[in-house]
Amino acid sequence: MSHDAKPKPVPVPVGEVVGQSVPKPDAREKVTGRALYTDDLVLPGMLHGALLGSPHPHARILAYDTSRAKALPGVRAVLTAEDLPPVDIGPVIKDQPLLARGKVRYAGEPVAAVAAVDLPTARRALELIDIRYEVLPAALDVDAALRPDAPVIHAPRGEGHPNVATHIRLVEGEPDKVWARCDAIIEDVYETPAQQHVYLEPCTTLAAVDPDTGRITIHTSTQTAFRVQAITAEALAVPMSRIRVQVPRVGGAFGGKVESTNQPITVALAKAAGAPVRLTFSRTDDMRMMRSRHGARIYMRTGATRDGRILARQVRIHYDTGAYADDGPFVAAIGSYFSRGPYRIPHVDVECWSVYTNKLRAGAFRGFGNPQVHFASEIQVDRLAEALGMDPIELRLRNALETGEKWLGGAPVESGTLRACLEKAREVSDWHRRRERPSTTSPGKRRGLGIAAVGHVSALLGSSATVRLNEDGTVNVSTGAVDTGQGSDTALAQVAAGALGLSLEQINFSRPDTDTSPYDWCTGGTRTTFTVGHVITEACEQVREQLFEHASAILERPVKQLELRPGGVVGVRGEPGLSTTFGAISGYALYVAGGPIIASSRWLFPAWQLDTRRTKVEGLPSMGNGFFVFAAQVAEVEVDEVTGKVDVLEAWCVHDVGRALNPAAAAGQVQGGFVQGLGYALTEELVWKDGHLVNPSMSGYKVPGALDVPVAIHPVLLERAFGPGPFGAKGVAEVGVVGAAPAIINAIRHATGARLNQIPATGERVLRALLAHEAPATKDG
Amino acid sequence: MSDKVSLSLTINGAQHALTVAPERTLLDVLREELRMTGTRRGCDAGDCGACTVLVDGLPMLSCLSLPARLGGRDIRTIEGVESGGELHPVQRALVQHGAVQCGFCMSGIVLAAKALLARNPSPTLDEVRHALGSNVCRCSGYARVVEAIASVGGRP
Ligand code: FES
Ligand code: FES
Repeated sequence: MSHDAKPKPVPVPVGEVVGQSVPKPDAREKVTGRALYTDDLVLPGMLHGALLGSPHPHARILAYDTSRAKALPGVRAVLTAEDLPPVDIGPVIKDQPLLARGKVRYAGEPVAAVAAVDLPTARRALELIDIRYEVLPAALDVDAALRPDAPVIHAPRGEGHPNVATHIRLVEGEPDKVWARCDAIIEDVYETPAQQHVYLEPCTTLAAVDPDTGRITIHTSTQTAFRVQAITAEALAVPMSRIRVQVPRVGGAFGGKVESTNQPITVALAKAAGAPVRLTFSRTDDMRMMRSRHGARIYMRTGATRDGRILARQVRIHYDTGAYADDGPFVAAIGSYFSRGPYRIPHVDVECWSVYTNKLRAGAFRGFGNPQVHFASEIQVDRLAEALGMDPIELRLRNALETGEKWLGGAPVESGTLRACLEKAREVSDWHRRRERPSTTSPGKRRGLGIAAVGHVSALLGSSATVRLNEDGTVNVSTGAVDTGQGSDTALAQVAAGALGLSLEQINFSRPDTDTSPYDWCTGGTRTTFTVGHVITEACEQVREQLFEHASAILERPVKQLELRPGGVVGVRGEPGLSTTFGAISGYALYVAGGPIIASSRWLFPAWQLDTRRTKVEGLPSMGNGFFVFAAQVAEVEVDEVTGKVDVLEAWCVHDVGRALNPAAAAGQVQGGFVQGLGYALTEELVWKDGHLVNPSMSGYKVPGALDVPVAIHPVLLERAFGPGPFGAKGVAEVGVVGAAPAIINAIRHATGARLNQIPATGERVLRALLAHEAPATKDG
Repeated sequence: MSDKVSLSLTINGAQHALTVAPERTLLDVLREELRMTGTRRGCDAGDCGACTVLVDGLPMLSCLSLPARLGGRDIRTIEGVESGGELHPVQRALVQHGAVQCGFCMSGIVLAAKALLARNPSPTLDEVRHALGSNVCRCSGYARVVEAIASVGGRP
């Protein structure tokens, strides 16, 4: 097998725009404060909305009394479930009401909504709503929820324990038979926290209903205009043709704005009040009402032969999906599917449960189930290397999937560049030198170096694009894709520029609007650059054909002699003086022959069907798996042996991005992802006590600040161009978060010998691990 | 509800006469009364720095500031940072370095950096990190932001 991807020829961009770190066109309005986010918008007569959260983690609703709230001057609408259609929504399991109906299932769950002339009045009105509850016993963690006599959170949907939302089993090979052939077996239980997105802009929606036509307009902070349109239609029993969704600037999302946030309830308030309503969550309401990453407990056992061939792995994953399934079934699917890691392990047995508990729902978050299983897998592989007396990178290299090999379930790895990433990471981090001689440090502190290999997926599901030529030869590109700050508008405009040989000034990239944009599923799953970029190149190719057809008539040369030249010019190959401009061609098409130049393209990423002859599969919800991408992340840490505090000093993040369309933007994704992973590793954790969130604030929940992270986070972009992404580009957005935590925990182990199987690695946990590590040594004297 | 109070604020050099409820914060006044929405509300609790403004040249969290105390003080918001349509060097550096992602933190970061450079024209990377200690950026991981700001003072 080759040690490197053999890139097939991929299209080459015209001109210089692709591959340049051009500044993002929207950066200027963001540094001047002129950028408009949803909460900056005002409509005439606009009211302010607010939601009342449940005071109990699990309780039956006996009666509402909203009369005092309705009587408060300035209040225009008060809603409870009794005022809404009896509809439950959810991407996989329809289990979520807009406002709790019949019972509440987590503390903070919205139970009532108010619209009033200003926010202070709306908040006062919430205090005047009386709801009588009958408190029910609550299931506050996975163990409690799985007891035979556990409180039942949702009406049972079939066989099995009623609190199991999803159960998956994947088996390949004959794991039970090969353990005896393993020379080293590592077995452990790993725990990861409910990390929260903490996008800096809380969820917000501005909704208006036209009093004459009933047509609904929504401005909202979301990752997907089209899913908001569909979910709102479903929740309020309105046809999608009556709903328009527009997306102003989005202040971060990271998966938290993939499903509906507060859009449907804001529309319901606007309808009830007969006036536009803006509902912007307070930080605390956002934290206790929206969603988090799934907390997980993972049992994992891995065995290898003396020469470092990993033979078998057994995995048991419990994801805590909270009170509602949300994207939990898909998260469980990705988690199961990635729990073998980016390795060839012939014998695998994976079982996964997504479990309801009486806590905040868990859903999509950058990495989507994969950071949890990579945490377990990458720590376990390091321990395996220790047991075998082998270098951790060497063990990973021996087992890294190569091009042409199969993922768990049988999907082909088309561009297996993990080896290249690992080798590059070894080189740029000066791995061997630093591992053998950790750099010196002050007394009481120890330094160490750790690595994680990463396999993730990009692409997924459907996108479309329309490209049309203006009369002057400039181009309009519409896609429906939402730029949540990652820079897709810029990168995608660069794709169109590169496909047609234009400058960025000659491209107008239109903003998402369900009235005018072609469909895009969502900015999520590391798919936008790949999938939307693909449809843009396809549409541009059709535009090029139309241009050439007319240019052939104008220049009196056959189409096959024509070429694109930078700047919006079609020329004749070998005749430098002979050319015509896009503007001239457009005029010809508009007024002489052919009609306007326009093209559209659509694509559904072809999902690989699991090969059931190879893999025994139970319960895997259908999922459009995508194109595999690889990375390797190395972290150097310093551990304070007195306080247990861990500082990350330096990091090297090697990512195969296929082709870096905008290297600065890609590097920013890599660094930002790493730092979210650093927070996951060291500080971030939602904490509950008796079913109530203890830390729903940015003082209680610590995301990394500038002083908590090194400046030296080195992004290293490998460009193994391959596949249907634009000019061979692969996705990168989520990947940076996936390996950071295990790289850091492996570095702590290297520095101190401490074994941590749980994150975040707070000072207290690190100290306990240090004591446990040193205890036997003390005993021996 | 408490009685409203009248006050006069000097914002970006211009006088504003206002009548507001005494519990309204400077952030409320900027965003809602004056419709100067460039100052962002990330937490309303002093934890994120998105609402940073400068008062007499020093960074202040407007979500924790009561305007009644600020009469006669020189309040600068993000809207007052450009001069004559020209970006401030910090703004230009953030754009050029590709440091801007969602941008929600940027108003606060620009003002915190401007205050730093006013008292320390050539800060080290570490001095920049310290100056940004109260400003959360959830997107960038800080590296490019810190490098961009340090580059203004001539440090790499
Ligand atoms: S809004 Fe003022 S510090 Fe967050
Ligand atoms: S760019 Fe999004 S928070 Fe800083």
